[in-house]
Amino acid sequence: MESIAWMAWTLPTAIFFVLLGITLLVMTWLAVAYPEAERIGVLRIPTTRGDRLFISLVLAAVIHLVWIGVVGTDPIYTLSIGEESVEVSSLWLATLISLATAVVIFRTV
Amino acid sequence: MDKTVNQKAWFLVLPVFLVVAFSAVLPLMTVVNYSLQDTFGNNQFFWNGVGWFKELLDPTTDLGERFFASLWRNLLFSAIILAIEVPLGIVVALAMPREGWTVAVCLVILALPLLIPFNVVGTIWQIFGRPDIGLLGYTLNSLGIPYNYVSNEFDAWATVIVMDVWHWTSLVALLCYAGLKSIPDAYYQAAQIDGASRWAVFRAIQLPKMNRVLLIAVLLRFMDSFMIYTEPFVVTGGGPGNSTTFISIELVKIALGQFDLGKAAALSLVYNLIILIVCWVFYTVMTNAGAERPQKEGSV
Repeated sequence: MESIAWMAWTLPTAIFFVLLGITLLVMTWLAVAYPEAERIGVLRIPTTRGDRLFISLVLAAVIHLVWIGVVGTDPIYTLSIGEESVEVSSLWLATLISLATAVVIFRTV
Repeated sequence: MDKTVNQKAWFLVLPVFLVVAFSAVLPLMTVVNYSLQDTFGNNQFFWNGVGWFKELLDPTTDLGERFFASLWRNLLFSAIILAIEVPLGIVVALAMPREGWTVAVCLVILALPLLIPFNVVGTIWQIFGRPDIGLLGYTLNSLGIPYNYVSNEFDAWATVIVMDVWHWTSLVALLCYAGLKSIPDAYYQAAQIDGASRWAVFRAIQLPKMNRVLLIAVLLRFMDSFMIYTEPFVVTGGGPGNSTTFISIELVKIALGQFDLGKAAALSLVYNLIILIVCWVFYTVMTNAGAERPQKEGSV
């Protein structure tokens, strides 16, 4: 682990990248197993599943940044787990909005 | 659209993916890790959550103020150079000869500034503009026009803009020239028969035919000017004050000057996202402009 100490890994970022990696692997498998045709959606550009994933991810990043800049990250709920309590940041709402947006993009773009 | 796309060819580019993983993906992952932590050297990191992003996107903080100031500065710079380089490039392309030995001469002369390394361009203008030994600076001051890019903000901006125009107008001109060369003579002959004026020929024939190359030129120049670092850094160092500190210069100041890796990482991720979005728009517009063309020509 000493050799990668400079990368400053943390559990949340590791989970984020593992999820991202799994998403990419699943999309690659889907592309190989079920080749698809490009389609033209509301943006009037031909897109594949990969394009729609890319648009969703970029939009998710924008949504989160706009949320941090405009709404902030104040806690909206305190979760009690036994003796400990965990504050849930409002940023999770941005994550939910991003997921909903991704669903819309995959269906319409 | 019933054509299926065979994705198996992607396996052939696996070696490139491996190289990119080591040269780009791992460093990018590291930047993401840094952006959520504070560092005190010797690989000591402390979790900070989205704290740096909050600071970055809040104009009332020092980091936010510096980010937004450099962002607007960069956008203003890009807007000014586009407003100069695109019309100037078109005029130069229109004025260029269409045939004969002068074509080669013009092309070589236009290509010269494009071949000079960025830091050399900066050094040329840094010396050229000096009031004591530079041809430009000395001449202007001798004519009674006070000019000093080291102490005057307007002069610094003018120098950086003129330098960029000198360096990159050729690219716009060469692209426009390629567009103009593709226009068949029959178009001009038809215009002549109709008695079209020079302006009408430009508006109805030349400009529409240059549309696509102009789009490429505008997007290329926007991207380049938005990521500009070397030339203004060599000429003005971001000064006087912070007047020519563009985002990339600000980023280097935060990362290497102050060694605030967390703040710099957050800034570079937002900067990267803006560039990624513009790149995607660039790629999408380009590929679709290419796809539409044969259809239109086929339908005529």
